[in-house]
Amino acid sequence: MSAISRRWTPPPLIANRALRYGVYAGLCLYLLVAFSTIEFNWTRMSEGAARAGNLFAGFLRPDFTSRWDDIEAGLLESLTMTVTSTIVGIILSIPFGIGAARNIAPAPVYAFCRAFIAVARSLQEVIIAIFLVVLFGFGPFAGFLTLAFATIGFLAKLLAEDIEDCDPAPLEAIRATGAGWWQVLAYAILPQVAPRLIGLSLYRVDINFRESAVVGIVGAGGIGATLNTAMDRYEFDSAAAILLIIIGIVLACEYASGFIRAKVQ
Amino acid sequence: MPVSLSRDGDRHWKRRTSRAEWLRFAGWLALVMLFIFTWRVMTQDTIWAFVLDAPRQAADIGSRMWPPRWSYMSALWKPLWDTINMATLGTLLAVILAVPVAFLTARNTTPSVVFVRPVALLVIVSSRSINALIWALLLVTILGPGVLAGVIAIALRSVGFIAKLLYEAIEEINIEPVEAIRATGASAPQVLAWGIWPQITPAFAGISVFRWDINIREATVLGLVGAGGIGVNLESSMNTLAWPQVTLILIVILATVIVSEWVSAKIRHALL
Repeated sequence: MSAISRRWTPPPLIANRALRYGVYAGLCLYLLVAFSTIEFNWTRMSEGAARAGNLFAGFLRPDFTSRWDDIEAGLLESLTMTVTSTIVGIILSIPFGIGAARNIAPAPVYAFCRAFIAVARSLQEVIIAIFLVVLFGFGPFAGFLTLAFATIGFLAKLLAEDIEDCDPAPLEAIRATGAGWWQVLAYAILPQVAPRLIGLSLYRVDINFRESAVVGIVGAGGIGATLNTAMDRYEFDSAAAILLIIIGIVLACEYASGFIRAKVQ
Repeated sequence: MPVSLSRDGDRHWKRRTSRAEWLRFAGWLALVMLFIFTWRVMTQDTIWAFVLDAPRQAADIGSRMWPPRWSYMSALWKPLWDTINMATLGTLLAVILAVPVAFLTARNTTPSVVFVRPVALLVIVSSRSINALIWALLLVTILGPGVLAGVIAIALRSVGFIAKLLYEAIEEINIEPVEAIRATGASAPQVLAWGIWPQITPAFAGISVFRWDINIREATVLGLVGAGGIGVNLESSMNTLAWPQVTLILIVILATVIVSEWVSAKIRHALL
């Protein structure tokens, strides 16, 4: 009777047909062009193959002992940097977060805090670290400042969004009793944002530890410096040991913070 | 409800019991002590003369950095293009690798909760714990400097991120369409294609675009360890103390990050 196909097909992601094929064609073209710009240096890669083998062998038999003094010093720097920068970052991010919340901050303060957060968030930790190393000298103090700065950008933004999403009813109720600005903050806003703030702070501990492994590459102290040295000496077994320690600590942090968050929330 | 009696016999409501209050106090005290202890350990080798000197240094470098050397821009287009390519191709490679890992991890699709899931989780954690810059450091010694090492470094870091968010999305799917499709006699791949995949497509697209945005940011610094992109120029400009060029590079990086954030927000808004 009818030649109409009654086969059903799922609706496509982009409804407009012309736009859909345009996007697909554009993407394919871009990928082709982008892929063609990659240089494959086969001779260099075959040289590197032996090193890749050494690296994998290193992961199978990591060497914790021969550079243990360096690793220990690096770890100590990383861990202390993580703790101090997270605590200072949290303490400073609270005023910035409050200042960047539209519903409780005056306009000039709001603009200043938002601008500060935008800069803190869009520059990579490593770039900030390079500058702070130049300013403050090599070592974990520069790393501490970098991580604290990055923590402000991260936490203040999320805190500000949380405050803006607060249920306005308690705010009004507390204001109606004649409470001042500080009292509104303490009795209406803090109880609403505290659980998530604690959760995010714990998450940031983890991020700061991971980042502390990176800022060392540019001289800001921590386990990254040790790792960089190990790689420069082609000591892949020591490097593998460091990477395994990093993975282990991140894993432990994640489990601990998951446990604490479950208790708090 | 904790209630205490005051001296003249009135009953006072308190928020917490005395025991809970002491415990909280002890907790805060421990935190403060931990901070003081870690601070002392951290700063034992700090040279305070350098720290106190920082404002003068900042003013000095600031005066050298301004104005930016705009003419250097002509040398930056190619590295900028490489940076964007590294982020995009790296994200694409990561997506291809992350989808199977996510399906192996999600409780409702994994072939074995006891054997396969822990391995997949280990892959996710390892990938997430190690920053793209460190992956790049490893890969540059193996593959040699260049864009390829950057692409793979970005991909290796992103696999864990994408797989983690994707497997959480898979675990939250509605089971009814899956059962309905299974009831028609569909095979496992068909259930995957018609029951599960349509439910996670928006999350999948959103996660990928979100990670692409983060990767643009990460790709800007991979050049510091030799993995190509605009970071190479940053490194060489800093090494030659060409501060006006550094300023220009930072401006370019900031602009790129802002544009990519805007693009990613637009795409995610259109998709979700």
